[in-house]
Amino acid sequence: MTLDAYIPPSRQTEKPRESYQWIGKSMKRVEDPRLLVGRGIFADDINLPEMAHAAILRSPHAHAVIKSIDKSKAEALPGVLCVMTGADAAKYTGPLPSWANPPVHQHCIAQDKVRHVGEAVAAVVAETRYIAEDACDLIEVAYEPLPAVVDLEAALSSTGDAVLHPYRGDTNVALARTFTFGTVEEDFAKADRVIERRFRWPRSGGTPMETHGAVASYDPGTGKFTIHANTSMYNYCGWMIADSLGVPAHKLNIIPTLAGGSFGAKLFSHKPCVLAATLARATDRPVKFMEDRIDNTTGCDAHGSDRVYYAKLAIQDDGTLLSLKTHIIDDYGAYFQFGVGQHGNALSQCVGPYQINSVEVALEAVLTNKCQQGAYRGFGSEVANFVIERLVDGAAAELGMDVVDIRRKNFITPDQFPYLIPTGNMYDSGNYQAVLDEALELSEYESWRAKQAEMRKEGRYVGIGVATCQERSVFSTTEFWMWNLEPGGEWTSSPDAVSLKIDPTGKAFVTLHSPFWGNSPETVAVQVLAEQLTLDPSNIEVTYSDSDHGFNSTGPGGSRFTVMVAGAVVGAAHQLKKKLLRIAGHLMEADTADLEFRDGAVSLKGAPDKRLTIAELANTAHYFRLDLPEDMDLTSGLDASYVYDHPVTTLPAKDNSHLGIFYPIMGHMCHIPVIEVDIETGKISFLNYAAVHDCGTMVNPMTLKGHVRGGVVNGIGSALMEHYHYDETGQLQNSLFTDYLVPSIMESPSDIKIGHVVTPSPFTEYGIKGGGEGGRMGAPPALAAAIEDALRPLGVTIDELPLSPNRLRRLIREAQGRS
Amino acid sequence: MDSVKIALTVNGRRHEREVEPRRLLSDFLREDLRLTGTHLACEHGVCGSCTILMNGQTARSCLTFAVMADGAEITTIEGLGSVENMHPLQAAFWEKHGLQCGFCTPGMLMSALELLRENPDASSEEIHQALAGNLCRCTGYQTIVEAVEAAAETMRGAER
Repeated sequence: MTLDAYIPPSRQTEKPRESYQWIGKSMKRVEDPRLLVGRGIFADDINLPEMAHAAILRSPHAHAVIKSIDKSKAEALPGVLCVMTGADAAKYTGPLPSWANPPVHQHCIAQDKVRHVGEAVAAVVAETRYIAEDACDLIEVAYEPLPAVVDLEAALSSTGDAVLHPYRGDTNVALARTFTFGTVEEDFAKADRVIERRFRWPRSGGTPMETHGAVASYDPGTGKFTIHANTSMYNYCGWMIADSLGVPAHKLNIIPTLAGGSFGAKLFSHKPCVLAATLARATDRPVKFMEDRIDNTTGCDAHGSDRVYYAKLAIQDDGTLLSLKTHIIDDYGAYFQFGVGQHGNALSQCVGPYQINSVEVALEAVLTNKCQQGAYRGFGSEVANFVIERLVDGAAAELGMDVVDIRRKNFITPDQFPYLIPTGNMYDSGNYQAVLDEALELSEYESWRAKQAEMRKEGRYVGIGVATCQERSVFSTTEFWMWNLEPGGEWTSSPDAVSLKIDPTGKAFVTLHSPFWGNSPETVAVQVLAEQLTLDPSNIEVTYSDSDHGFNSTGPGGSRFTVMVAGAVVGAAHQLKKKLLRIAGHLMEADTADLEFRDGAVSLKGAPDKRLTIAELANTAHYFRLDLPEDMDLTSGLDASYVYDHPVTTLPAKDNSHLGIFYPIMGHMCHIPVIEVDIETGKISFLNYAAVHDCGTMVNPMTLKGHVRGGVVNGIGSALMEHYHYDETGQLQNSLFTDYLVPSIMESPSDIKIGHVVTPSPFTEYGIKGGGEGGRMGAPPALAAAIEDALRPLGVTIDELPLSPNRLRRLIREAQGRS
Repeated sequence: MDSVKIALTVNGRRHEREVEPRRLLSDFLREDLRLTGTHLACEHGVCGSCTILMNGQTARSCLTFAVMADGAEITTIEGLGSVENMHPLQAAFWEKHGLQCGFCTPGMLMSALELLRENPDASSEEIHQALAGNLCRCTGYQTIVEAVEAAAETMRGAER
């Protein structure tokens, strides 16, 4: 197939421009004022009349049969309204939503068996949270422990009682499949060398400061639920929550609250919604359920990737990369909500920014007695970045090549875009050489190399890492099901919508149909609409729709929201502009082709004094129908809505020869940290950190920088600190912030230098690319490289994260023992 | 559980309430007084989101019983400034992009407020020390430090 036949034509209507009025400006965020004065409304801030409070009794066992539950003492406690077990809940509520095919059944309260520490065994509703928690202590549960499956490689051979979900077969392997793209065997046969490594990426999590929660009520008069929650995707698949609750979709309204961070964790967050709603119906009271921190760490359904890679990179002696083979085992925990969507994701950019001819990926997804995986900033591709970058560094070390040179030699070149990688995904555009050059300059690379040599002479262990990574943005839903062996749920739409109106006074209202997660959707919408209408941002208001009023909207995640919100705003604005022009042309007796938008008005080209302001036109559009042209299609008022579909996506091939275009809006980055290792303590100090990103056209450089910096610090957490540590019995050893350590200000670099290269996308409006995840997708391989570089005199190789002082000291001791 | 009568001043307003001795100050502020700007993120005293000022000093409201605040003067984020009349710290956080999701921000502002009242010329190192007990998952902290430095400058200017 030719490229032209493979790649659909671009639907970009707003071409990238040299300059803009509002886009590209570091405008202060419109979200901020209410947050700064403590008036932002988060889930826990919802207070309904007669609202009761829920707490859950969590399983102390990793894997056990629930023999009996005696709730009589708890029910007798004054103030308790309801004590609900899994069996009680089953009278009201079905299994939770699942995208896996075949599904793995999960319930909002465990039925018959518990499968991880922290799983809900019973829920209590009481007049206060205090009483609810007291009552949890009075519930008596008899368990019969089952074998705990903890080690992911051991899980490959589990049978019998150790199998978590026997109805899916006598195995904990939830999915095993191999994809081969291109001439892998031939490429390995002709290779001069093969770099072969085992990598271990540890389980961490987004760990937003705000936990997940919901406030639900049920109206027996209408049979309708209302849920306030810090969820997302409620306008995409909120009906799945209704389905769990056993009501048709129109008998559930989900109202979004602000979310106090997500980083992927709140992608759907359906369990608190279903639990609170189930309890509200049972008690005939509004019920609030907010996770506490232990609920969150042990049962949030949002742990990140937990993988072993057996990886091989075929190379030539001149440094040419030929082919990549990986065998992956991924520990999904006890359930399987998104199937192996994280591995669909990783196939979008598994060869990184390099020309690699062929790829083989073998995946074994296993179930173990841990909290299940969800989404975390990178959704699996952050691990693939770590693996390819470690292999490339390994190749450089093996060949005695410079880490910069080997990258330059293998980069896809600017003239090769649009570029198809072996899996079939398209990279829309890029300039990796320019990003690298900018990063070398910003980091003062050469100067640091010289300083490093001096410091090494002084006995200091200083290292410089270079990571050149992809940040695929704007996912298509095919990533969620392309690995499935059995078809089912093969969605291909992942749009986002806005509705828009201009009121009779000329004020513009944007309604977003997806929620705030900590990013800046309101600011994006304001800047893009201001650009479209030449309206001052102070005239624009942004609100969020509930699911009763929402249109198909996938929501934030996968670095898609800025692209998608901008696309939807452009689509809706174009409709309004057409109508405004028509009305203005009629009133001014001018041809619409001679009119333009300028300074918040429609004016005659070349004669800007001949104008009607948007406010004047809006007033006419609302109240003076008889001044408008006689046309049934020209209704009074100024309103529009637009559902912006994924800008460019195609189906996987039926014969699996390729996976189609599914994650094509390709960002890129180069991270160069300079660190020092204290070899006596294993402590890392940052001497410098530079990151250059290419996210296409920037809507707001200040907030983009914020995302990159925040992502880098998330990446520092993943690389150096964070690891959900389950012991051999399946107990989570670090479920609090006292022992699950996230970076504080003291562990974070005080000056992360950020640079940008702008290579606009030819497919999205204005050429915007996503940038929400990149920081975390670049920092771990860069830090691993820097630490390996620092410890080069000792001969330490880095294959496993997190590089905690403990692990580093062990590696250093082992190296010193060898020498 | 028997309730205890407490009287305290919150953001300049006096309140007399009956509370259980075990009631946390954070819940008292958020639920009884409906001052929901004080946020709970860990409820075990590590993250600093619930930081308030009690008699001018920072306190973790999630580790403080409401009865311990009997007779105290409390300042919460709602007492710091309004959208129309922001405190220099709030204005600087806005200007410097010192927040993203905004959940940790009230506690962060309270810790910064205590620092700048006691040490108007705080160095970058001193700002780091003062905010070491406030976790933020969004920003990477750099712009928070920049915001505190900018606010300090504004506040010093205002005193001259």
